[in-house]
Amino acid sequence: MIKKVAGPLVVAEIENAKMGDLVRVGEKKLIGEIIELKGDYASIQVYEETAGLKVGDIVETTGAPLMVELGPGLISSIFDGIERPLETLLKKSGDFIGRGIDVLPLSREKSWEFIPTMKKSDKVLPGDILGYVQETPLVKHMIMSEISGTLDDIKGGSFHIDGTIAIVSGKAVTMLKKWPVRKRRQLAEKAPVKVPLVTGQRIIDSLFPIAKGGAACVPGPFGAGKTVIQHQLAKWADADIIIFIGCGERGNEMTDVLLEFPHLKDPKSGRPLMERTVLIANTSNMPIAAREASVYTGAAIAEYFRDMGYNVALMADSTSRWAEALREMSGRLEEMPGEEGYPAYLGTRLAEFYERAGFGKCMGKPEREGSLTIIGSVSPPGGDLSEPVVQNTLRVTKVFWGLDYALAHKRHFPAINWINSYSLYNESVKEYLLANVSKELPKVRGIALEILSKEAELEEIARLVGVESLSSLEQLILFTAKSIREDFLYQSAFDPVDQYSSLRKQFKILNSIILFYGQAKNALSMGVELSKIKEIEAIKKIPVLKFADENKADAIETELIDQFHALTGRVSHE
Amino acid sequence: MSKIREIAGPLMMVDGVKGVGYDELVEIILNTGEVRQGKTLLVEDDKALVQVFEGTVGLDSKTVKLKFKGRGLELPVSEDILGRIFSGLGKPIDGAPAIIPKKQIDINGNPINPVARDYPDDFIQTGISTIDGLNTLSRGQKLPIFSGSGLPHSHLAAQVARQAKVLKKEQNFAVVFGAMGITYEEAEFFIDNFKKTGAIETSVLFINLATDPAIERIATPRMALTAAEYLAFDLNMHVLTILTDMTNYCESLREVSAARKEVPGRRGYPGYLYTDLASLYERAGRIKGRSGSITLIPILTMPDDDKTHPIPDLTGYITEGQIILDRPLERKGIYPPVDPLPSLSRLRDKAIGEGKTREDHASVANQLFAAYARGKEVRELMVIFGEAALSPLDKTYLKFADEFEGKFIRQGEYENRTIEETLKISWQLLNILPREELKRIKDEIFNKYAKAD
Ligand SMILES: Nc1ncnc2c1ncn2[C@@H]1O[C@H](COP(=O)(O)OP(=O)(O)OP(=O)(O)O)[C@@H](O)[C@H]1O
Ligand SMILES: [Mg+2]
Repeated sequence: MIKKVAGPLVVAEIENAKMGDLVRVGEKKLIGEIIELKGDYASIQVYEETAGLKVGDIVETTGAPLMVELGPGLISSIFDGIERPLETLLKKSGDFIGRGIDVLPLSREKSWEFIPTMKKSDKVLPGDILGYVQETPLVKHMIMSEISGTLDDIKGGSFHIDGTIAIVSGKAVTMLKKWPVRKRRQLAEKAPVKVPLVTGQRIIDSLFPIAKGGAACVPGPFGAGKTVIQHQLAKWADADIIIFIGCGERGNEMTDVLLEFPHLKDPKSGRPLMERTVLIANTSNMPIAAREASVYTGAAIAEYFRDMGYNVALMADSTSRWAEALREMSGRLEEMPGEEGYPAYLGTRLAEFYERAGFGKCMGKPEREGSLTIIGSVSPPGGDLSEPVVQNTLRVTKVFWGLDYALAHKRHFPAINWINSYSLYNESVKEYLLANVSKELPKVRGIALEILSKEAELEEIARLVGVESLSSLEQLILFTAKSIREDFLYQSAFDPVDQYSSLRKQFKILNSIILFYGQAKNALSMGVELSKIKEIEAIKKIPVLKFADENKADAIETELIDQFHALTGRVSHE
Repeated sequence: MSKIREIAGPLMMVDGVKGVGYDELVEIILNTGEVRQGKTLLVEDDKALVQVFEGTVGLDSKTVKLKFKGRGLELPVSEDILGRIFSGLGKPIDGAPAIIPKKQIDINGNPINPVARDYPDDFIQTGISTIDGLNTLSRGQKLPIFSGSGLPHSHLAAQVARQAKVLKKEQNFAVVFGAMGITYEEAEFFIDNFKKTGAIETSVLFINLATDPAIERIATPRMALTAAEYLAFDLNMHVLTILTDMTNYCESLREVSAARKEVPGRRGYPGYLYTDLASLYERAGRIKGRSGSITLIPILTMPDDDKTHPIPDLTGYITEGQIILDRPLERKGIYPPVDPLPSLSRLRDKAIGEGKTREDHASVANQLFAAYARGKEVRELMVIFGEAALSPLDKTYLKFADEFEGKFIRQGEYENRTIEETLKISWQLLNILPREELKRIKDEIFNKYAKAD
């Protein structure tokens, strides 16, 4: 029986209440979860609007925690924060989301073609792959066993997800699995990350890469480009599975994804991107408690696919809204507030979440490796990075892509600040890049970063004394930095060609700019005037490189060298 | 029997209640016969915490009677709401009789299912160059005006309401206006405006003045948006909703939060301000299969013109861009003083171009933006180093910036420019600059439009 209702928090007396149990609240049977037990009373966070709930209303426990359903049917779907399929909600309650609607996450009616890969009398351990379903052309959905025993029977054919596909030591096994939302799924063994998640975004891949299995933090003030970056990664990252969580953000942004992804083609396979994507949308106007749950729902689904041996990337936009949901519940529970009203456990929750990122060996046979990469955007009030969500996130993520108001204001996109952003994965992914892109990459990258940081210093000086008073070399640095910024770092998310650059293309563009710099420095030292250098024809071709075929750069490099040769030759003749 | 145990600020704690729900409407009947309205913020055992919309002044704990209504606060609606003026709580204040309702709608509404949404990509021509040309508004967009006290945001909003139309589409247009704590003059200005243009016939106004109860303001935007939803999604109208001034709304929220002794967030505003504002702003939009739409223009005055203040900050985190009014432009006597550089319409690129406005629109907009930014930089340089330090090209940019402000930004309050006119002015301005400076414009576009007239 309800004793108290305060916003999304309900306190009730419930028989046999257990911490974490799913309960049904009031006449409408709203969905709730027990988050605190005190004496005879349970505090419940309710995942639906609580208006109208009364003292004395009935609360029943289901005796089980809030679960996610896992199985074929996840891919291409869009769910709310507690995995209710929004398409089904639409059919049941219309364009506006009603309350107390009972829906199952995965369809029981749809049939899937199950193809066994194990056979009768095989020994089975948890995690072993019994067979698979080709869920979409891009995703082979592995059906993993949760129990051990001997396969008494296994058969291929068309099944509903709750149909029996195998019998393991007398127990029926179906394709449908249930997993407690807040429980982490384990890898057999975690291993150090080593392969980059290639995103096609030049500033990310070339300067501040993220590893498959890594975690990144993308903070920035409103309008700085967090969502665009998250969408770019969801589109172009070379992951097998994408989980995108719209956590307390705009409805139209989800519409955008829903309208766009079915038409965008995966660069590798040419298939629609939607065929590898799971969307979770708990927008800012949807119930706040379900927003809190949305990141866990997303993480559980992500780990499930990782366990199949896939590279999964999870984007959460924005984790600040999740943290605010935590703060809201904590306030209602009258907990002792920590910094800026956030609960004292904010840091722990964030750390637990990002710790779910990782790479390693999955449980079961056949032997396979999977990874989960997590990219969380953070929306700090007033863009102030000293606030608790950013600070706690930075403690546990190894990549920081700091979006900058000043850059966004100048419409330099992506507005990742190259001076203060960092990646601690450079060493981890180095070997891969040396083998797959170029031996020169670390050197070129180093020079580029040095030029950019010199530029920042020189601009300070130039502001005081004017550009003309800088030495030729200093002016060359400014000239080159400008080219790095405009011809390499600037990348439009909306240009059909520019939105994705292969690793090789990225290297080629940057290499051409750095080659120019080296040649120009040399020419300066031989007495050539900077104005002459700036007139070199081949330089004009650098800006076009990002729109051109990656092999075009080779020709330009040759031209550059030739033209510099001619220039310095003339000087040394005089 | 329910009994008021305590009254503090806008809140009262009531004892002895039974069967009262959370967020339930309460009628508070004074012995003078006056009836006020409230809603429950918390129910616990036999107690209820009630927020009184009209304020608690004059209430006592002995004679006042309470009636719990068993439902939330509702707005009665029918087509007849068009042309009417209501109080901030939805009571007619124009002397005409009450609405005979077809429907009673809970003012909190329900969230639009994200999969039901249709993307806002229909260009709205407001006739204002800085909006149409650079920060284009779409049907179903939420685009706030960030203003400062004394800046002409009301005039701009009224101009948008007067002039807004969608090209090549039949019009079935309505305006819903929600005023929270604005002055009598400001309210009169809007009402007058709507009357003069005849727009009043297709408008619904909810007016809470500065002198009206502050807590009522918490209900006003919800009243307005409920009316807007009814017009848009039941009657298939295109509804432009203007809410002003959101700063006053947020202050009322803060007042309630403080009275409840909640842990304050930044600058004393409650931690749930983001979610609360989102529950308003996200009601804008389009829905698949329905022909109506809600376009939302909230207006807020930034305290100290500070964009990082929680009200503009959290608004910016929810809306799809922002139109920013600039005091220096205003001081130069330029109307409307929209600063295009920090202003942004995030939905612009999907609403413009061939088939929507014109093929050159995007490149022209980007080039104007870049050139004006450069021009302003040169202006700053000139302040430091003097005019002598400027190169001839710098001087051209300076001229560009001046003319851009004078011809593009500046326009008459009753000047309604078509998008072609806005683009024509744009090209005249771009022609000030040498061709090689127009890097964002491709040759084919340049050749076709630069010398078009
Ligand atoms: N890579 C890009 N290329 C072109 N434009 C961009 C790019 N990144 C961002 N933008 C522009 O910046 C606008 C704001 O970006 P975005 O919506 O990602 O901001 P945000 O940081 O998510 O803001 P909020 O916190 O309010 O959600 C976009 O609508 C777009 O106009
Ligand atoms: Mg965003």
